[in-house]
Amino acid sequence: MKLKRKLKEYKPISVLYPCLVYLFLYVPILVVIVFSFNTSRMNIVFEGFTVEWYFKMFENRQLMDAFRNTLLVAFFSTVISVIMGTLCAVGLYKLESKIKNIISSSLYIPIVIPEIVFGIALLVFFSSVHLPTSMLTLIISHITFSLPFVVITVRSRIAGFDPSILEAARDLGAGEFRTFMRVTLPMIMPGVISGGMLALTLSLDDVVISFFMAGTESTTLPLKILGMVRKGVSPDVNALSTLMILGTIAIMLFSQMIQGKIEKSREAHSGVE
Amino acid sequence: MAKMQDKVMIRLRDVDKCYGTNKVVKSLNLDIREGEFLTLLGPSGCGKTTTLRMIAGFEEVTEGQIFLEGENVEDKKPNQRDVNTVFQNYALFPHMNVEDNIAFGLVEKKVKKPEIKRRVGEMLKMVQLEGMEKRLPAQMSGGQKQRVAIARALINRPKVLLLDEPLGALDLKLRKQMQFELKHLQKKLGITFIYVTHDQEEALTMSDRIAVMNQGILEQIGAPEEIYNRPATKFVADFIGETNIFEAYVEEVMDGRIGISLEAGTAAVKAAGFHKEEMVYICVRPENLKISAEPVIDFNIRGKVKEHVFIGSVNKTIVELVNGQELKITTQPDVELLSMGSEVNLFWNEGKGILLHTKEEQIYNLIENTVKIEGGGDD
Repeated sequence: MKLKRKLKEYKPISVLYPCLVYLFLYVPILVVIVFSFNTSRMNIVFEGFTVEWYFKMFENRQLMDAFRNTLLVAFFSTVISVIMGTLCAVGLYKLESKIKNIISSSLYIPIVIPEIVFGIALLVFFSSVHLPTSMLTLIISHITFSLPFVVITVRSRIAGFDPSILEAARDLGAGEFRTFMRVTLPMIMPGVISGGMLALTLSLDDVVISFFMAGTESTTLPLKILGMVRKGVSPDVNALSTLMILGTIAIMLFSQMIQGKIEKSREAHSGVE
Repeated sequence: MAKMQDKVMIRLRDVDKCYGTNKVVKSLNLDIREGEFLTLLGPSGCGKTTTLRMIAGFEEVTEGQIFLEGENVEDKKPNQRDVNTVFQNYALFPHMNVEDNIAFGLVEKKVKKPEIKRRVGEMLKMVQLEGMEKRLPAQMSGGQKQRVAIARALINRPKVLLLDEPLGALDLKLRKQMQFELKHLQKKLGITFIYVTHDQEEALTMSDRIAVMNQGILEQIGAPEEIYNRPATKFVADFIGETNIFEAYVEEVMDGRIGISLEAGTAAVKAAGFHKEEMVYICVRPENLKISAEPVIDFNIRGKVKEHVFIGSVNKTIVELVNGQELKITTQPDVELLSMGSEVNLFWNEGKGILLHTKEEQIYNLIENTVKIEGGGDD
């Protein structure tokens, strides 16, 4: 009886619809993965299975250099913007002033400004202070655009806090720094992690701003790929894309694992300290 | 009542607190003795919580000084003051379990681990939370969280424990039980408690002394009986317990007695320190106000019995005066009730009606005195 009714509830359309959505989302990705193993240079018919392109890709020095640059820029810009953004969010939380609103709404400006405008602005700025484009300018510009995202994520986490929790820490003898380390930071950690992940993803696949900022020695992977695609999408680009997809999934799983661990350790935390 | 020679633990001298142009505490002077349970009582916005926060160090004093054991604490941060606070919403650290929450202060003081373990165990036993060491605040009930908050504050052996409406979020039954436990704990430990509440019943049952505050001003400070039986101002009389307040006019002053006229009649009562043609308030508690079908000596206040209400332990009678004012009278259940609608005479026994100068009159007195002094100078 029950099963019958359940089956009745599953109308064909309610099954079909989500399937279509998922197809829409994942078919392009699947196509890239499939063609990365194609023996033919053309992305039209699948002729045979090979991993040749993966080896070829690793032999490509320029591509590997760009990959290294991307990782370096992403690492430094993420670490720095997480530190700066977290401190900024905590500072804003404690600020009791009318400028607070101005400061917090001005945070959104870099987010809503078209990226191309932002890129040009940065270029004009760096040339006016006579700083040639390099890894440094690239890192600085990546910090600039990921910082607001970190501040916003951390702030949304901190906003719901009962301020007396921080007062309680002070009351029990902890100074400002100890309060931050023992109470504030652990409480906002999930926000800090997701802010960091956001900054990392933004930096990894940024094209527009990096296009203005990257010097000849500091090309990033997305820029390099863009350059390669101009001459047609080659199978080694497919291979690279596949690896990047896998990398992203790995990062995602990793971050979920950390978050899960934090929650778990809270539940199973034992012993003093 | 505490003796005079008792050591003063906290002394507030002419303390003012302003937020912009808004003065929330006005020249507050208060001495809190060692080992006493003092309650700051008043309606919301009366400055009681601000006072507590200034003692804790969360708010700066605008004017005046606060002394802890004779030492001015102006430049001391909350973490440098030997006082601890129990917050209204417990303010437990959500990412720490019970044990770590309670141990927080000792870890900051760099106390050795075995010592911490021992003292946390003691505290858990004291607040009856043994076996809950590993629980997180989110997994506990309001009453349990409050116990953790109390243990977390007391483990530091503070000189003074500040409690900011700690029982406000609990249901009535649990609140009554916790009141009892807190009072016991305070007696046992001998620590000075400063307790903030707007609940007058809570203040009356727990305190050694009550400081009644209104609009940033300390209206009266004294033992619960004193506050209840001899309120110093109309506000205190009105705020603490139920009371009937009449406005009256002093017709004549005799030897130790005054004749007063009310809107609804006249009376002659024992009183000193009042003068002719002064406006006064007369406050009579419902249990002290009496009615009689027969005329009463010294009293000529007439009213009509409007309603009888049974409220459990006592009977409540509403009497309407000729001017429309309604009075509340409570009587023991064994006292026979007068029938509804019957004309009655109201009276109270000697000493049960409290006479207070009206504020306007106090100002009038002040002006009169100043004029007198100036006049004296001319002579």
